[in-house]
Amino acid sequence: MTEATRPGAALRVRPRRGRRGLHLLPAMTLAVMLGPVAAGLLGTLAPAFGILPAAGLVEPGLGAFRDLLGWPGLPRATLLSLWTGLAATAASLAIVTMIAACWQGTRTFAVVERLLSPLLSVPHAAAAFGIAFLIAPSGWVARVLSPWLTRWERPPDLLIVQDPAGLALIAGLIAKEVPFLMLMTIAALGQVEARRSVLVAQSLGYGRETAWLQVVLPRVYAQIRLPVYVVLAFSMTVVDVAVILGPNTPPTLSVQVVRWIGDPDLALRLRAAAGAVLQLALVVGALGLWRLGELAVAALGRRWVWSGRRGTSMRLVRPIAVAMAAGSGAAVLLGLAGLALWSVAGFWTYPDALPEGLTLRTWQRFAPALAETAAETGIIAAVATLAALVLTIGCLEAEHRYGLRMTRRAMWLLYLPLLVPQVAFLPGLQMLMLQAGASTGLDAVIAAHVVFVLPYVFLSLGDPFRAWDSRHGTVAHALGAGPDRVLWAVRLPMLLAPVLTAAAVGFAVSVGQYLPTLLIGGGRVQSLTTEAVALASGGDRRAIGAYALAQTAAALLPFALALAVPRLVFAQRRGLRHG
Amino acid sequence: MRPALSLAAAALLATPAAAKTDPADWPAVLDAARGQTVYWNAWGGSTATNDFIAWVGDRVKEEFDVTVEHVKLSDTGDAVSRVLAEKAAGRDEGGAVDLIWINGENFAAMKQARLLFGPFAEALPNWQHVDVEGATVRTDFTVPTEGYESPWAAAQVVFMYDTADLPEPLPDMGALLAWVKANPGRFTFPQPPDFLGSTFLKQALYDLAPDTAPLLDPVDEADYEAVTAPLWDFLDALTPQLWRSGRAYPQSGPRQLQLMADDEIDLAISFSPGEASTAIANFQLPEVVRTFVMDGGSIGNVSFVAIPYNASAKEGAMVVANFLLSPEAQARALDPGHLGYGTVLAMEKLDPAERQLFDRVDLGVATLPPEELGPILPEPHPSWMERIEADWTRRYGVAD
Repeated sequence: MTEATRPGAALRVRPRRGRRGLHLLPAMTLAVMLGPVAAGLLGTLAPAFGILPAAGLVEPGLGAFRDLLGWPGLPRATLLSLWTGLAATAASLAIVTMIAACWQGTRTFAVVERLLSPLLSVPHAAAAFGIAFLIAPSGWVARVLSPWLTRWERPPDLLIVQDPAGLALIAGLIAKEVPFLMLMTIAALGQVEARRSVLVAQSLGYGRETAWLQVVLPRVYAQIRLPVYVVLAFSMTVVDVAVILGPNTPPTLSVQVVRWIGDPDLALRLRAAAGAVLQLALVVGALGLWRLGELAVAALGRRWVWSGRRGTSMRLVRPIAVAMAAGSGAAVLLGLAGLALWSVAGFWTYPDALPEGLTLRTWQRFAPALAETAAETGIIAAVATLAALVLTIGCLEAEHRYGLRMTRRAMWLLYLPLLVPQVAFLPGLQMLMLQAGASTGLDAVIAAHVVFVLPYVFLSLGDPFRAWDSRHGTVAHALGAGPDRVLWAVRLPMLLAPVLTAAAVGFAVSVGQYLPTLLIGGGRVQSLTTEAVALASGGDRRAIGAYALAQTAAALLPFALALAVPRLVFAQRRGLRHG
Repeated sequence: MRPALSLAAAALLATPAAAKTDPADWPAVLDAARGQTVYWNAWGGSTATNDFIAWVGDRVKEEFDVTVEHVKLSDTGDAVSRVLAEKAAGRDEGGAVDLIWINGENFAAMKQARLLFGPFAEALPNWQHVDVEGATVRTDFTVPTEGYESPWAAAQVVFMYDTADLPEPLPDMGALLAWVKANPGRFTFPQPPDFLGSTFLKQALYDLAPDTAPLLDPVDEADYEAVTAPLWDFLDALTPQLWRSGRAYPQSGPRQLQLMADDEIDLAISFSPGEASTAIANFQLPEVVRTFVMDGGSIGNVSFVAIPYNASAKEGAMVVANFLLSPEAQARALDPGHLGYGTVLAMEKLDPAERQLFDRVDLGVATLPPEELGPILPEPHPSWMERIEADWTRRYGVAD
């Protein structure tokens, strides 16, 4: 019998034991999450301003920046980062807005919702490989249409993938960011009573889309603003996708920074640090630019609202919205199908739509290494996710018990690791960890993954956790359960579905991490993602196909479990199956 | 002052890396190696090499109880910079890298910064079979190896061509330019500073430069302009006719191979006479691909393995380096069904049973027999490469 079941315990709402620990948890969580970011930024700033004691450099100076400015590719690389980031974010947001405005509450929207989990779980690198094979001049689309339709006996010499304007990169980013923003939008829609607002507006004679844009969008956007910023910062600074789909003459700034870090010449480390600082400034600038854009759009929107025009004729937009969303989803799924086919392909050349023969050789060849790498990937993801879950639930429970409220500023802190470019602080962190003599092994990689997993787990679990009907707790208290027992015996079991979903999100985020694994792992920790990107430097599509599929499976499996487990456990309790 | 220099200066003051076990005392090395795990940092972009390294791992585990973990790099420079970072952080023991597949400028950089363990190479038992007269195993891009790296594979430039679209070999760079002009978009090379792309530039330089003698010495301002001027003229004419008009390049050799398999290009450079045969066997190239060498000879070099000064498993690493020089490993590497790399052993130093291992290897349909590979040109001094890579990037690599 626990202490809480003794007579009189029911009246005591606050537990004696563990109170202090729980109280400190939010601060501790922030330290776990932001400590590495802050330390890493310092580790990047110092060499950028010429301080690298290991090389005997202690005099601060601007030499590294002068060196950076001397690199002839800088203007183009900088512009590329800005342009690809802003374009991908604007397009993704536009697609999501159109879909939600035109289709919310319809059966089509339900289909979109159902497709989200699989699309979200496809890691960025795998999606990029798939898209690259799909759209290349000798790619799958061209193969299926050639030569009977296109008359291309040989692949045309067209610059589609890795084009200097970064269009392929933008397309790849859109395909992955639309599902993410869609998920965030759906979560926000639940909080703003969108359906009822639209109905009221419609009864005043507004068209459905006009009503949605004027009444719902401003409130939804306020909720998804931070995720949009995350998409912007990510799109500007992504490395793995840009390596696969982005241009190389020159590449985007982040890719070039990573190349400099890998150069044996130590002088280039200073230049890389200066480049990382520039990248950080670029992100801050772009966020500012975006904010100005928000204000401009809001001003225009207000004029539109005041005009009072009912705008009933937006039917035309509906098929466009569906086509764009379907296109971005199909690009990811067809690309994966192409990779799956490559992983079992014999010789397969242009313009054959299918390989000459099928063989299991690739899988036989990679099975042992794949199993080993998958196990390591799984361990990292499982431990990082578990740590993030414990911290998140602890924070939320502390918030609940002590009546703490998460301020807007705290929300920003939560998003900070996702907003600061990875290339701006991970190299600095790597250097600091080496200097501190910390091991660059599995434990360090897991700690680095927690930094990125935690925000997503928190964002995913926060709302359902807070929305839990606390009257269940009151009843349990009345029956003699203390706060701990309420948490363990009532609240968490009731929240099984959202907890598992949050865990699946965390797992998928961890599986997809490239730079943290590569840099902090010191090369000794190999995940499915680092292996897949290393293989991509080769270009053997069969090997890439096998690894990309394994990577996707590793991210998808937890989502499937998160759906299936509550159904099994709560087979007799229908109301608990969905969070 | 360039920090790399000051680091080298600081390194001079440090004590040279001493092995716990003397490489000459081989039984002691074997003893110490037992149970060790060797983190072999090697480029991981080629499935054939990855499989070969995995096989080496299986064999040394079986025979010497040494575990090999292949750290798959996308660039060898990653491993070099990792050792550099460790040195900068004062981690002089227990480093993350035990063995590196290395040559050329990376070796020169590591040797200069005193980041290597050794000398050990010529103390390895299997050194006795090494072809010290023929293959350039004692210099690496003109830099003396002095036992700080151990050879394991010989390479020579060949061109792979799709006989369906390009029926006859091209005798020199002039013919290549003429063919590319007649067939725009059907040739490219990996983007320098990828080593294969840089090799194409060097091969062209050998073919075009009026005087190639200065290439073997460190680059000299006065010579540089004169020697490289014909190369830039050639590239100015060639680049607009390349695949994607020279506005994009494959990022590595295997990517270039994939372009050939996709029928996007008909001609590609390779640093391994057997690579085409291996790729055909693996369905990675069409069966009609063959190889040729240019009349003036082609650049040859040797791949080595080196051990960082702070490696955690130096003995295990030496055992792996020694195994790589065994007739068994060398014969397997020669087989295009596995790797298709040239051997660094001298056949006459082997006993008949060992030689038979090599005689049994079928070189494959697309591999030139040794007598048709023509003269081997030595690699230029690494400083040439650095200058040419930087200039190439400035001229063609960032323009758009």
